[in-house]
Parts: sequence; C-alpha cells; structure tokens
Amino acid sequence: MSNISKSRRVISVVVMNESSVLARVTSLFAGRGYNIESLTVAPIPNTQMSHITIATNGSTKVMEQITKQLHKLIPVYKVIEHEEMVEKEMVLIKFPICESLSDITVLCNAYNGGIANVGKDMIIAMVADEPKRIAHFIEAAQRYNPCEIVRGGVVAIER
Amino acid sequence: MKMSGAQMVCEAIIAEGVKTVFGYPGGAIMHVYDEIYKQNGFEHILNRHEQASVHAADGYSRATGEVGVAMVTSGPGFTNAVTGLATAYMDSTPMVVISGQVPLSLIGTDGFQEVDAVGISRPCTKHNFLVHSIEELPRILKEAFYLARSGRPGPVLVDIPKDITVAMGEFKYPTQVNIPSYKPTYKGNPRQIHKAVEAIKKAKKPLLYLGGGVVLSNAYELVREFAKLTQIPAVETLMARGVMGASNPLLLGMVGMHGNYASNMAMSETDLIISFGARFDDRVTGKLSEFAKYADIIHVDIDPANIAKLVDVDYPIVGDIKDVVSKMLPLLTDIDTDRYKVWRDILSRYDELHPLSYEDSSDVIKPQWAIERLGELLGKDAVISSDVGQHQMWAAQFYPFDRPRQWINSGGLGTMGFGFPAAIGAKKGVSDKVVVNITGDGSILMNVQELVTAAEYKIPVINVILNNHFLGMVRQWQTLFYEERYSETDLSFQPNFKALAEACGGIGYDVTTKAEFDEAIKDAIAQNKVAFVNVQTARFENVLPMVPAGGALFNMMLPPKPKSQEEK
Repeated sequence: MSNISKSRRVISVVVMNESSVLARVTSLFAGRGYNIESLTVAPIPNTQMSHITIATNGSTKVMEQITKQLHKLIPVYKVIEHEEMVEKEMVLIKFPICESLSDITVLCNAYNGGIANVGKDMIIAMVADEPKRIAHFIEAAQRYNPCEIVRGGVVAIER
Repeated sequence: MKMSGAQMVCEAIIAEGVKTVFGYPGGAIMHVYDEIYKQNGFEHILNRHEQASVHAADGYSRATGEVGVAMVTSGPGFTNAVTGLATAYMDSTPMVVISGQVPLSLIGTDGFQEVDAVGISRPCTKHNFLVHSIEELPRILKEAFYLARSGRPGPVLVDIPKDITVAMGEFKYPTQVNIPSYKPTYKGNPRQIHKAVEAIKKAKKPLLYLGGGVVLSNAYELVREFAKLTQIPAVETLMARGVMGASNPLLLGMVGMHGNYASNMAMSETDLIISFGARFDDRVTGKLSEFAKYADIIHVDIDPANIAKLVDVDYPIVGDIKDVVSKMLPLLTDIDTDRYKVWRDILSRYDELHPLSYEDSSDVIKPQWAIERLGELLGKDAVISSDVGQHQMWAAQFYPFDRPRQWINSGGLGTMGFGFPAAIGAKKGVSDKVVVNITGDGSILMNVQELVTAAEYKIPVINVILNNHFLGMVRQWQTLFYEERYSETDLSFQPNFKALAEACGGIGYDVTTKAEFDEAIKDAIAQNKVAFVNVQTARFENVLPMVPAGGALFNMMLPPKPKSQEEK
C-alpha cells in the first residue's frame, strides 16, 4: 500500500439542506478514518440545497471510497471530485496599528487582497486566493507582527 | 383526517402491513402506547429488554423478508436498542425503529431520559430522523419504511419528541416517496453484463461466490438456475447459507475462516470469481494479498461502496442481483458446460481429500453431532437461528440448510444474545415452522430474560444450548494462540438451565446422551412451549477447518480425518 501516493484532493458535496446533514458528513469522515484538511459549507442560493467543500487527502482507492460512502448518505445529492478547478481560500489577519499601513496595503495588493478594516488600535487585512498563495501571504505577513490569523477553508468550482 | 402524532404512528404501521411490533414502553413514548392499546391493526409483543425487541424485529424481518418494527422509549430505552440497530445495519436488515424523545423544548437541556439518539445511531443506521413538527411526521414515517426496504436495505430510526406524539395534525399517508438525493440503482449496466458474460465463457475455473445479498434480493431461484445452466460450482458465505440448498451438487460449502477445504481451495485457485451480493469480508478473504491471486472478479452488488472496497474488481456491476442474473441467463444458454468439468473434478477431489468432518464419540455428545442430528430430525421444516461463537459456526457448517431465510444469525456484527429474541421474532413471522435457536452457554445468558416473553405470548422457541462450560470460541483462540491461558472464559459456574426455563414458564431438558437428545427435541416440539435443551457437550472441541486470523485462505488447520478414510 505504501507505494500508492497520498495526494491532496478537493471534493464538493451537494446536500439537501436539512438538520444534521453536516454532522452526517463529518461523522462519516471521523468514523471511517478519513482526514479533513478544511471544510466550508453554505446554502446554494434559491434551492433547498447546500454546498460543502472538503479538502482531504488519501490514495486513489481511499478517495474512491470517500466518494462512494458520501453518496450513500441519504441527503447527499451529488459528489464532485475536483480535477480541473478554480480553488480559492480566504484569510483575515489582524495587525497592530503601529505597523506600517502602507506596507501592509502593498503586500495585500500583491496577493489580490486589501485592507478590510482599520480601527483605533488594529488593522485587519483580507486576502482571497489559492491555498498555496495564502500560505505564502501568511509567511510574508509575519514581519508585521500579526496578532491573529483566521483562515477560511477552501471553496472550489470545476472549470 | 385530523389525528395525534401517536395515532399517525399506529396508522402508518398498519398501512405498511406490519402485523407484529416488538417493543417496550416508557415515559417519552407513552402516548404512542396509549394508541396501541386502542387499536387492533397489529399485535404488540412486550419483550423484557429493548435490545431483545430490536433483535426480535430483526428476526421477524429475516424470516419473512418484510420490514421489522420495534418501538422503544427515549434515553436508556434507545441506548439499549443501539446494539440491535448495529446488528441489523451490518447485515442489511430492513427495519424501522421508533423511539420516543423528550419534548422539543427540552432537547439539549439534559432532560430526564434525554440522549442524542440521532447522533448516537448515525453510524449504525441506514438513515435516521428526528421529527421537528407534526406536519412532517406522515412523510417521515413513509420515507422511513421506504428507505428501510429499498436499495441496500437497512435499519432506519425515527426519533419522535413526546410533544409531537400529542400534537394534532392532518394525516394523509403518502403513497409515494420523492427523495431527490436517493435513487438506488436496480438495473445492471447491459454493457458491463455482456462483458462479464464473455469473461464467464472464457474462464476455465469460474466460481460463484454467494453472499447475503442473494437472500435480501430474494434471488435464490435465479441464482440456482444460473448455477444449473452453467454448471459452475458455488461457495456460500455465512450469510448465504441455504441459497443453493444443501443437496445441490454444485455447492461446495461455506467459504472463509471456518469454511471447508474444497471451498477455500476453490477460492484460492479460481480464475474468475462471480460474486453475487457478497462483500469480501475479512472473515472470508483471509490475508488480502494472498486472496484469489489468479482470479478476475465479477462483482454484482446493489451498493456501489461495496465494490472495490477491499479487492480490485475487473467487472463491477451495480444493480439488484435479481435484475442482473435474469439478464445474464439468456446470454448464457449456449454455454459449454464441459469446459468447467476438469475444474469441478479437481474440486470434488479436494472435498474427498478433506471433507468437513469431526471425530464422533460414544462417551460424550459432540456439538457437531448435535447439529447434524437436529438436521436429520428437522431438516427443511425448521427455521434455525443462532447466537455467536463456536455453536454458530458448527450450525453453519453442519446443518443442511435447504433454502434462504431458514438460517438467521448475526454475521457482520457478531452479536451474542441475538439468537433467542431473533427466534421469537422469526416464530411470529413464520408460525407454521418449528423455530430452533442453536446457542451456547455463554450467549444464551445475554438475553435470557426473553424466556418470560416467549412464555407469556406462547411463542414456542426451542433453545438448544450446546453447553461446554466455556466461552468456546474465545477459549479456542486461547488454546491455539495464547498458550492455553484461559483468561475469563471458564463458565463452570452456571445456572441450572432446566430450572431457569421452568421458573420462567418454559420447559427444560438436561441432555447428556444421544438418546436423551432425540427425546428432548421431540418432546419440546410436542409440548409446544418455549424450551431450553441443555446439552452437555465435549468441552475442548475446536471449530475446524480454521484459517488463523490474517492468514491466507489456503492455509487451513484441518479436522482429523474420519476413521473410515484413514483405513483406506
């Protein structure tokens, strides 16, 4: 089994928007020993459904089982194993007001983001980009002494 | 029509054609029990423990093919039912369990007898519902029965808060179900079926591997026809005993950890496995890397998640076995059955070499003898349930099962204490058959309170206790793998089983000789009462053949050869 590479995969799960549906999905992952790297969920506009995006990892065989087991849940309508996708993640970072606002603004711009809020004693920056770029942004932001970092989890759409 | 939630529950049960409900009342489900008192559309059996209620509904379902229904209260009532749900889930039994819940306003407050029933039962039910309003109750009840029996069957829990059982609402029981996210595949893909048939025609050593799915799909006649037409030999899993019929010349026997030599060798040497409704369980495959090394695999299953879960499959077919096999049959009419003759000859030689056997004794009853004798006395006329352990394996090996649904046991979960209540349920379902629970001195005590249930309702289940004063299967492993350290498996201290049965309104027999065994069985049938037949058996008998856990299927510990063979 060890020669089968474990790779990061993103799957979208379209579910009926009913109570405890998220618990069904997450407890399936926990119960069968699958890993969740990140998870986002929101209703799909003008429908009775919700869209769950899960970043996970596993061999091809494990991914196939994850997909099938998800399908088996009664309120699961559709499972998409993303191949060619546009993938975005959001991050909010809080900086102390003493840091240079202009430097932070330039950094955010470089990562397709901007300043979300400036208050009496803090600056909040926001960036939405590919997960890899988000990681780079967080790394670059370290020099401005961030006091809080909140990552949003992945959303993806098939191209 | 306007009615209360409690009434809706009863009306739905009646509308679904359920004749017997098993259950136990309590605070949160009292309104429903009040309606049960008033109606006469179905009978209610009061078990003496909720676990037994669910097993009884399970046994009822397995014997009849109908949906079994059990009813329990909230909190401990529900948690007692969980083992029953998990048992039914592992063996895909269609079942609806209705549980009471604290009123909506109390949910989440740690109310008296409150427990998160849908949370706890999520991994061991096909689906579950917590009812939030009286308006959705009729739809949920309809969906519960539909989900239980459609696709790959399974248990469904409906958790109903107490205030919803009192609330009044409009009741119109839906005739149809529409769940956009649930559309099971019944029809096999014709192209895949064609490819599979071509593979069968090209194979030299094909083997039918039959699982519990054949029973659930009620497809055994088609499967027998398939075997007869193609003359392909067959092995059965524990769950499929009876599918081919014991006298069928194409049946090799049971496959797996305690399968017979010919079956396990067939599985190891076949070049094409044709799997109908089996799921390549670890107790069947043994060491996966050594399993069926030379075989291509055709896997027919209604649940796509079963396909390629453990082994790589060359011809996956998702669909109902009934549909798939009936589409295969016309494509196979021109098959050359002589093609497999050499293969069949090899396998029958294997069976002659190491037949299923045991050394009988004139001093003490051998458990295998007791099962064989039971088979001679009752044969196809009885329904046999079992608990879990050595006796279960001996029953599966030595009883001549003639048809599916004649053999009821907890295969997937392996629940001790299943057999007796399941037998009670089975007897309610098929009252014209003698129902025997083959059990052990360990297992029987796990739901022994059901003596009272069976006596009260005059449900004449015969419990044959193969008594070796041990937790036999664990003891066997301790003998073989733990250097005979018999840690906590010695059951020398026992109740007086005969007296115990009699104390609860049944009848008891102590059996130490073969003659007494015959007498006891015959008398128990004649007495038509719940019975304990306490059979003293050889203490240190092992279940053989045996594939040690994690070992390759072809590496079996074999039983001693019968005397008559050794002389040859």
